[in-house]
Parts: sequence; C-alpha cells; structure tokens
Amino acid sequence: MAQDPKAQAPKTQNKPRKEMPSTPLLDQLEDGPWPSFVTGLKRLATSEDKPYADMMKSLLGQLEHSYQTRTGYWKGGTVGVFGYGAGVIPRFSEVADKYPESKEFHTLRIQPPAGMHYRTETLRKLCDVWEEHGSGLIAFHGQSGDIMFQGTSTEQVQPAFDAFNEMGFDLGGAGAGIRTSMSCVGSARCEQSCYDEQRALRTIINGTLDDMHRPSLPYKFKFKFSGCANDCVNAIHRSDMAIIGTWRDDIKIDQEGIKAYLAQHGRQWMIDQVVTLCPTNAVSLKDDDTLTVDNHSCVRCMHCINVLTKALSPGDERGASILVGGKRTLKIGDLMGIMVVPFMRLESDEDFAALLDLATRMVDFFAENALDHERIGEMIERIGLVNFLEGLGLEIDPNMIAHPRTNSYVRTDGWEAEAEKWTQRKGPQAAE
Amino acid sequence: MAYQVNGSEIEHDEEGYLTDLSQWNEELAEMIAKTEDIEMSEEHWEVVNFLREYYDEYQIAPAVRVLTKAVGKKLGPEKGNNKYLYELFPYGPAKQACKIAGLPKPTGCV
Repeated sequence: MAQDPKAQAPKTQNKPRKEMPSTPLLDQLEDGPWPSFVTGLKRLATSEDKPYADMMKSLLGQLEHSYQTRTGYWKGGTVGVFGYGAGVIPRFSEVADKYPESKEFHTLRIQPPAGMHYRTETLRKLCDVWEEHGSGLIAFHGQSGDIMFQGTSTEQVQPAFDAFNEMGFDLGGAGAGIRTSMSCVGSARCEQSCYDEQRALRTIINGTLDDMHRPSLPYKFKFKFSGCANDCVNAIHRSDMAIIGTWRDDIKIDQEGIKAYLAQHGRQWMIDQVVTLCPTNAVSLKDDDTLTVDNHSCVRCMHCINVLTKALSPGDERGASILVGGKRTLKIGDLMGIMVVPFMRLESDEDFAALLDLATRMVDFFAENALDHERIGEMIERIGLVNFLEGLGLEIDPNMIAHPRTNSYVRTDGWEAEAEKWTQRKGPQAAE
Repeated sequence: MAYQVNGSEIEHDEEGYLTDLSQWNEELAEMIAKTEDIEMSEEHWEVVNFLREYYDEYQIAPAVRVLTKAVGKKLGPEKGNNKYLYELFPYGPAKQACKIAGLPKPTGCV
C-alpha cells in the first residue's frame, strides 16, 4: 500500500531509510490470482512510519535468501514469559549477520475467545499492541487455534504479553501439554448446535489450564468442540478428545417444509440429493410426498439436514458423543477418534462437571501411561482399547460400534445372552 | 560469549547454555542463576542436584513429570507439583533449572 510521503518526512530525516531487499523469487508468488502473503509482508516492510519496517525488510531479505538456497534458517530457543513454561515460540535467525534486524522473530500464541467472537474494538486493540511491540504480522487464526502474533524480539515478549493480558487474553499452549482449544461458533448462531460448545470449552480448558501453561505431559493433548456431526472444527481427526454434538431421539421433520422443497426442486432432485445419498438408506420419499426417516438406522451424519435445512432438524434430546485419539501421522499413521462415550447429556451444571471429570481423568491416564512423545491415540493402539476403557472406568457399549452387522470383528455368538446382561447392567437407562 | 569464573572463561550459547557441559561447577551455577535473577537457596540446589544426578545416570534431562514426582518423593508431596517448581524457577524448570545445572538446552517448542 502506498504511503503518504509527507507523513513520514520527520522520521526519515534523522534515520537513513533501510532499502527494500531485492526479492525476485518472492515477487513471483504475487503473480497468481490469489492474494499473496508476500504482498502483506511488503506492505509491513514499507510502512516507514512504523517501528517494524526495517525488521520486515530484513525478514523479506532472509526469506528470499532461503528460497535461493532452499534452506530454512530459523532455530528454536527457550524464550518465555514470567510464570509460564509454554506459549511463546522462539525463533532465532542463523543468518543474523546478513539480516540483523530480524535476528529474533518470536511468536506469541494467544488463546481466542471460545467460538471466536470479538468486538471490532478488541480486534483494533490487538493490532495496536502488535504494532507497538511486534512486527504487525498476525495469523488469525493459526491451525493450532491460537491467534499467532508472529515476529518480535526477546525483550518485547514480556511487554507484549502484559498488554494482551491486560485486555483479558492469555497465552495458548505449546510443547508437551494441553493445547489451545477450538469450538465451532455453535450455539451462539447455528441452528444445528446440539450443546453449548463455548461453555464446554471454557469448562474443560479452565479446569486443565495448569497443564497448558506449565506443560508436563508425555506429549501434546488437544480438546476440540463441534456442535454437530458437520464437525466444523475438525474435532474428530485433529483432537485427542473430540466432543461432537448429536441427538438420540428422532430427527424432526416438518412435512410442510418438505413439500415446499419438492415444489421448488422436484422429486428427482429430492431423490438424487437426499434419498440416495443417505449412507445408511434410512431416508425414503413416499408417494404422498412425505419424507420418512428410519431413525434406528440413522447414523446422525447430518447430510439430509444440511440439504433440507428448512424442513429437517436434530431431535430434542441433544447432547454430545466423545471420541478419543484423533491425530496426524507420528509413530503410527493418521487416526480418527474412537467413540468412547456414544451419548452424554450436556445441559445441567452436573453434566458439565461430569464432562470435566472425564477430561481430567483422561489427561491423568494419558500422563501416567503414555510413552514420551506418544499421542493418546497411539497409546490406545499400544495398550489396547479394552485396557484404556477399563482404566478410565468407561463401560463398553454396543453403540460404540458404527455398523455391527457389517463389521467382521463383531462376534454374534451368545448375542442374546450378552444383550440381556447389558440391559440388566444399564437398568432403565438401556431403554433410552 | 562466555561466563567469567575465577579468571577462566567458560563458553555458552546465545541463551546462556554451556557449550561444554563438563566445565560446570557450583560457582558457575551460582553465576548463571544470578543472570536469571535467581538467588540459589537450598531448595533450588535440591532440584539442580537432582537434575545433575539424573543426567549423569541417563544422559538425558528428565521429563517434567519425572522431576515433579522425584521432588515430591524427596521433599514431601506438597512440593511435588508444578506450582512449587515454578515458584523456584518462574520461567519453567525445563528452561531455567537445566541451564543452571549445566544440562543441554531443551528441544522442542516449549
């Protein structure tokens, strides 16, 4: 963005302006049709009235150098703030002699509010703090769920944190501890939400905060909260403990709404877009233009609800499923979470206390039993799911298995006797 | 970059960790602690000595949980927690206590 030359005149009189580095390789990245991060970096580097302009010029120089030599030149370190063992990602340049202004380029991870709601005033203030203490470069939000304030010197880390803290924000997680959490916007705005995601997030994170700021687990541990199976925060594969909304009574159908869809799109559309795309063939369209759902076969995948938003909605008995062990490739390949609690109500204070209790026991069990650098999903693979469930005192439930009739590991000999035992164990709950 | 102890120079990296771990001595530990604004008390020494013993035996710094448990066992359960260790070493035992004990710089994004 072009600067008004008059506005910068007083500052540039005293200090010779650092020249923009030549960046032919980075310039190419601006060619395509999409916005480029290079353009953003250049804008910061040419903001001559800001304290970070020279730092960003230096950064562009180092990045171009990296592209030329195909080598990264950042190394870690141990920068932090008082009382915290994690939350700052230190980066020291290995080519500081050539690019001295960006010799330190640390990142502060700051936790966003649950559901990521901000007032514009808050956003402006966050930007002001980072213009004063850092590089002006903000990733909003990074994949970790944090607001990533990227690029500051060692001596500015503490004052920057103090300013954010003053606004009510806190550092996020890093290293071998509880990580910053994410929840979908959920109950605040979304009609599909099956529980109060923001409250669940705050309950669990506030209850395990010490393990975020002062990490002492075998490896990272993430909680994520989605209000329904659309799983907008990717909880099932990007968190160690996923809390995903669901319901256990019947899908609610507004037959008038179905008729309106039929009038607008026709039967063929309804059959192609809804009926045949149901993964368990639970939906059928009747001759009298009503839609029915075989709720016993329904796996709550959300497809029909997503297509027919104005006619279908989740049932009234809402709550959450809990899945454990999702992760990216590490000791073993990618894993999706395993269902350990098929349904849990999340309405009363007691429900949320029970959720926190389960989360705390999960983290403790992980801390005591996982090997160094092992995620909980890998630990479960190693010790066996049965041992994990026993360790946590979770009862094995037939609802944990998605398709018993198509699963070759399910044995049905003695089925009736086992089913009877289960019904007795669960008592009146089993009928629900 | 180097620490000056009794006329001899002991090299360290840009964050103050010793380059040659065998050069560590108690006087040096006091000096490193001072640069970290820590006055070494008996409690500090207990943690630092445990770290050195552990490192001598296993050639690796203990996991934080191992450290807290060991401290709790040795000094009583009320001290076997994060809070106690962070009171002694406010930037974290992994960073500060290891530096003072002359152990290698911790790795990973802590």
